[in-house]
Amino acid sequence: MSALSFLDRERSVAGPGYSRWLVPPAALAIHLCIGQVYAFSVFKNPLVAKFDTTDTAIAIVFSIAIVMLGLSAAFGGKWMERNGPRKAMFLSAVCFSAGLLIGSVGIATEQLWLLYLGYGVVGGIGLGIGYISPVSTLIKWFPDRPGLATGMAIMGFGGGAFIASALSAELLQAYTSLPADQLPIDALVPAFVTLGLGYLVFMMFGVFTVRVPPEGWRPDGWSPQANADNKMMTSASVSADNALKTRQFWFLWIVLFCNVTAGIGILEQASPMIQDFFPDEVTPASAAGFVGLLSLFNMGGRFIWSSTSDYIGRKPTYMIYLGVGAVLFFFLATAGNSSVLVFVLLACVIISFYGGGFATVPAYLKDMFGTFQVGAIHGRLLTAWSAAGVAGPLIVNVITESQRDGGATGAAAYRPSLLVMVGLLVIGFIANALVRPVSDKHHEETTVESGRRETAAVGSAGKEGPR
Amino acid sequence: MSSSKVQTSTSTGTSDASSSSMAARLAISWAVVGVPLAYGIYETVKKTAALFTG
Repeated sequence: MSALSFLDRERSVAGPGYSRWLVPPAALAIHLCIGQVYAFSVFKNPLVAKFDTTDTAIAIVFSIAIVMLGLSAAFGGKWMERNGPRKAMFLSAVCFSAGLLIGSVGIATEQLWLLYLGYGVVGGIGLGIGYISPVSTLIKWFPDRPGLATGMAIMGFGGGAFIASALSAELLQAYTSLPADQLPIDALVPAFVTLGLGYLVFMMFGVFTVRVPPEGWRPDGWSPQANADNKMMTSASVSADNALKTRQFWFLWIVLFCNVTAGIGILEQASPMIQDFFPDEVTPASAAGFVGLLSLFNMGGRFIWSSTSDYIGRKPTYMIYLGVGAVLFFFLATAGNSSVLVFVLLACVIISFYGGGFATVPAYLKDMFGTFQVGAIHGRLLTAWSAAGVAGPLIVNVITESQRDGGATGAAAYRPSLLVMVGLLVIGFIANALVRPVSDKHHEETTVESGRRETAAVGSAGKEGPR
Repeated sequence: MSSSKVQTSTSTGTSDASSSSMAARLAISWAVVGVPLAYGIYETVKKTAALFTG
């Protein structure tokens, strides 16, 4: 393993002259790739035809990948904190790329289980480790603006879906020799191999670019004392294991769960919902345009709202996501069918809050638990995402179907499920209101000692040569 | 961005050289991730236009 020792945390400490503004592109190199998972649907119809199977059998590939994302983020966080971002990014790149390559073998040999194992299990591990790998490092490089830093990275996850969606469609078109009226099943293997190798190279750019700050490094003109008056920003450290014992962690779990459930409820039903609300005005083509617009607001919200939270504070930001979000959901339910413009505007702002909720939560965790194991704590909190991924679509689908069975049509069929989302957001709002600073008893005993070490280390920071 | 760099104690000449080299590295790094992201956003915006024309 000595050949891979360059991946060790101690070998990735920033040398003299290294700019912290290189870390966001390194993080984006990972997130722009793993965001591909949200564009998996581009391959869905060709895969159904290739394996001569059902939509559900192929949809399971995506589901396995998302479940593995949640599990590996939750259980791999502490390993990532110990080994550093470079090794974690490397593992993510290898797993994600291997997942696509193993999947391509499964497609070539028509072994669906290999696609499950490759893209789903192995690739899913790459997703989870990759998602959390840059978060802790970004927060340590940007203690003055953690929301901006994590917002940039997590925005990349949304942007990655845009790239993969367009790129995958281009690849299928370029590799197929079948007529345009047939599904490009012959292009699946070369497309998967191209993506697997291309993403490996791109993610390696992130691996070789990322650095951890020297111990005790801090931005010029900023000191931890800058936040001393803010009781909602701790300078102490809470371990990932201790974080699970705090009320704050579980309140934030509820906050994230409620925010994501409400957002997914709309995202998952966006196209049929707008057509049902406006059957005479919205065509399937313009509904697809609406879905694209929502994804732009989803991505933009991640960067804009998360950056804003650096100025107005994390708790007030979530008050907006959940409080204003609940009001907007209520208007969507009761007046959303008044005009297409009103519907689109309401949905776009709601989805920007959904994206913002994802991007702001690492900074919120840093405020509550410190930077010590914030990546691992973030990984565990992401189980709320997995749970919401099940709950959101379930709530909308079950309630809307029962309304239709009862004779409701159009906007009326969606109204009860949207009002349930209002209730969920109110619960999230209350959970956020209950978040208080973490009790001293959960703080690491070594905090003061490590603070002293950091102070002592400032003088020796940056003595290592550039790498 | 200079305030964000890890501090050095090198001579001014070396510092200027490493400063311009870091500026180039920053520009290239942001371009590496910015260009594909811009491509993805452009393609999505094109699709979004269907909402107003479809």
